[in-house]
Amino acid sequence: MFTNFMAWMDKRLPLTDAWNKHLAQYPAPKNFNFWYFFGSLAMLVLVNQILTGVWLTMSYEPSGDGAFASIEYIMRDVDYGWLLRYMHSTGASAFFIVVYLHMMRGLMYGSYQKPRELLWIFGMLIFLVLMAEAFMGYLLPWGNMSYWGAQVIISLFGTIPVIGDDLTLWIRGDYVISGATLNRFFALHVIALPLVLVILVFLHILALHEVGSNNPEGIEVKKKKGTIKPEEQSKFAFHKQYTEKYDIVDAIPFHPYYSVKDIMGVAGFLILFCWVMFFAPDGGGYFIEAPNFEPANGLKTPEHIVPVWYFGPFFTVLRIVPDPLLGTIAMFSAIIVLFLLPWFDRGVVKSVRYRSKLHLLNLIQFSISFIVLGVLGTMPATPTANMIGIVAAFGYFGFFVALWFYSKNEKCKPVPERVSH
Amino acid sequence: MKKLLLAFCALLPLFAFASGPSVHLDKAGNDLTDKESLKNGFKTYINYCLGCHQLQYQRYNRTFKDLGIEEADGIENFMYTGEKPGDHITNTMPAKEAAKWFGSAPPDLTLEARLRTPDWIYTYLRSFYMDDKRPFGVNNKLFKDVGMPHVLQDLQGVSSIDEQSNVTPAMGGSLTTEEYDIVVRDLANFLEYVGEPSKLEREAMGYNVLIFLFIFFIISYFLKKEYWKDIH
Amino acid sequence: MSDVPVNNGRRRFLTAATAVVGGAGVVGVAVPFIGSWNPSARAKAAGAPVEVNVGKIEPGQLIRAEWRGKPVYVVRRTETTVSSLAKHDDQLRDPNSEKAQQPSYATNAYRSIKPEFMVALGVCTHLGCAPTHHGGDFDQFVEGVSEGFFCPCHGSKFDMAGRVFQGVPAPLNLVVPEHSFTSEDTLLIGVGQGEA
Repeated sequence: MFTNFMAWMDKRLPLTDAWNKHLAQYPAPKNFNFWYFFGSLAMLVLVNQILTGVWLTMSYEPSGDGAFASIEYIMRDVDYGWLLRYMHSTGASAFFIVVYLHMMRGLMYGSYQKPRELLWIFGMLIFLVLMAEAFMGYLLPWGNMSYWGAQVIISLFGTIPVIGDDLTLWIRGDYVISGATLNRFFALHVIALPLVLVILVFLHILALHEVGSNNPEGIEVKKKKGTIKPEEQSKFAFHKQYTEKYDIVDAIPFHPYYSVKDIMGVAGFLILFCWVMFFAPDGGGYFIEAPNFEPANGLKTPEHIVPVWYFGPFFTVLRIVPDPLLGTIAMFSAIIVLFLLPWFDRGVVKSVRYRSKLHLLNLIQFSISFIVLGVLGTMPATPTANMIGIVAAFGYFGFFVALWFYSKNEKCKPVPERVSH
Repeated sequence: MKKLLLAFCALLPLFAFASGPSVHLDKAGNDLTDKESLKNGFKTYINYCLGCHQLQYQRYNRTFKDLGIEEADGIENFMYTGEKPGDHITNTMPAKEAAKWFGSAPPDLTLEARLRTPDWIYTYLRSFYMDDKRPFGVNNKLFKDVGMPHVLQDLQGVSSIDEQSNVTPAMGGSLTTEEYDIVVRDLANFLEYVGEPSKLEREAMGYNVLIFLFIFFIISYFLKKEYWKDIH
Repeated sequence: MSDVPVNNGRRRFLTAATAVVGGAGVVGVAVPFIGSWNPSARAKAAGAPVEVNVGKIEPGQLIRAEWRGKPVYVVRRTETTVSSLAKHDDQLRDPNSEKAQQPSYATNAYRSIKPEFMVALGVCTHLGCAPTHHGGDFDQFVEGVSEGFFCPCHGSKFDMAGRVFQGVPAPLNLVVPEHSFTSEDTLLIGVGQGEA
């Protein structure tokens, strides 16, 4: 019955072929470690955000007068509304945690290097759209921090010479942030950006499967056709798209091996996620900020306006530069350098395991700088914080500059031919 | 890679500073499972607070249900202005007039406990002192120059602070200090409940979900191990 | 494919266990999504039972109450009206109210708790228009019956117990909603007799 149905479908749509190509006969390196959970976890969180988002939209009211009350309506009057809302709000923070770790993985094992530059670019575009998505979503509860957070970010565009003021007016659609702004952010948040996000994720995976997965060793598992003796090749059957062009070593089919492993990863992740969601949904004031329990009020600024934690690193870069325009440029540069990472790194060796001590140290200082910038971003600006911020920003940008210089003639350890562990 | 992880861990304490220094607050010692305390807090709220501060997102019948009050009982003892049990807990004070009387309109308190914490409410209501320079003759140590009068003065009396910051305990109230603290604590407890009525339900559900996930994790761990015997 | 002998039984068992427990998890996750479509506390508050003071209704007078967005007709029937109800049974589709269009406590000759008070939804059982009350000039529609309801949309006719006449588009008697008397003069629409 099922076989007949699949045969009927396969004549009309390459279902079985796609299943094999991307799952059952996709050659994944056999040595994925802990860091390789975060890709599938990001997918899981994306699905969570879309589903809970659709359901929240059913009870949310996108208007200046109704938005705040409709959140409380969801929290109190709708059956399980509080759960759907916490799944979404905790999911937003979880999304960034997972994505930051996923990017860290790419940095450590050189997953952005040739031939995976486009894969990295798609990933960075996802990150960029995700930030826009999060920013616009954050306005929707129409709390006071929503309001003032949006105020700060939108006014960044006002620093652009000549057109700045007109641009901010155009973005807001009003002289202040108002229902008009809320409605356009709502439309972008629930329709336009999720659509873009899903398309980009699709392209990200397509590009990944074209070039093949990297691994902690940074060694390709797809070798030149005809160079590997048959008994040395992987015992598993892979899709002909891969075997026609390459001899495949040290790889295993994604399904069932990584599907069962990812199920375990999902279970582990959900334990952490649900622990936060059910017992500390505010995330200690970081996931849902206290001033957001007060409706938006254009005449009453919260004591100190800080962005949600995941914008922290970029916000600090903005804040430490005294000139607003230069600050904005610095902030956007912090994102642009990430895009250009594949070209900053002129090295051939991918994994940090076989690269120089200098590279390891550079990577460590970069991670620390990034975290310090993030922490500072959630704190009020003081002169001391500013000083530390400047140092951390130097560390952040310095990573790329230093990488460009030393990677050309870097002293790396010899890279083995084959994945041994 | 362990080094990197270690570096992350070493930085975690930094987050502790992120919240910054805060004012000293007394601990209210709330307990949301204490229905009697919640009922007392509700009663105090209706009698002393509702005249100015609405709970515009909270419904009477939900409150009755969560606090274990029979609806007929609730209508009798907690509803004075002829609303229906399904109505929100509101008053009829015009916001514009109120702003004239107090300097600014009294805020809605549904989410006050989440905005400022229950301990803040507890401390605030115990921090009024005599100050002739203020329109209502009182000021507040926690919320300087607050527009609100000391509504619970009948109960607590009022304390005074002299120029050397010596505090004279509250005098002239109908309750002892201990009794007054309990009244305020019950009120803070009630406001914590109103801030998130589903909190107890959430935590109860959380335990079940976590137990389920642990079981699922263990099964999936064995499944993974079983399949990966092929590889290792 | 492997050097290690595969224990297929164990593998199948663990796969099934994961699928069953995982499936239970998916069902669990579906609960809030499905549950959130139930009427919210707001909808329930708006649909709460409605009290009507019937003490002030004059004999023969009809008042309209609103309950869950629908008009409810409450009529204080005169003694003449009540006694004339039995006289046109042969012209009705369902004179004995056999179809479940009313609660059990109103399944009687008057389709009501008290003969004096008729309580029915003012919603025609044909296509949902609101029938109009004709007190005195109803014999233009049904000969010999002086009072009743006439639906202006497609000409359906009902008597003063909400029973439908033969030969009209409406198939069923008017719906009698759950109702009860909490005191002599207080009618509560939405809560059945003996429920609250």
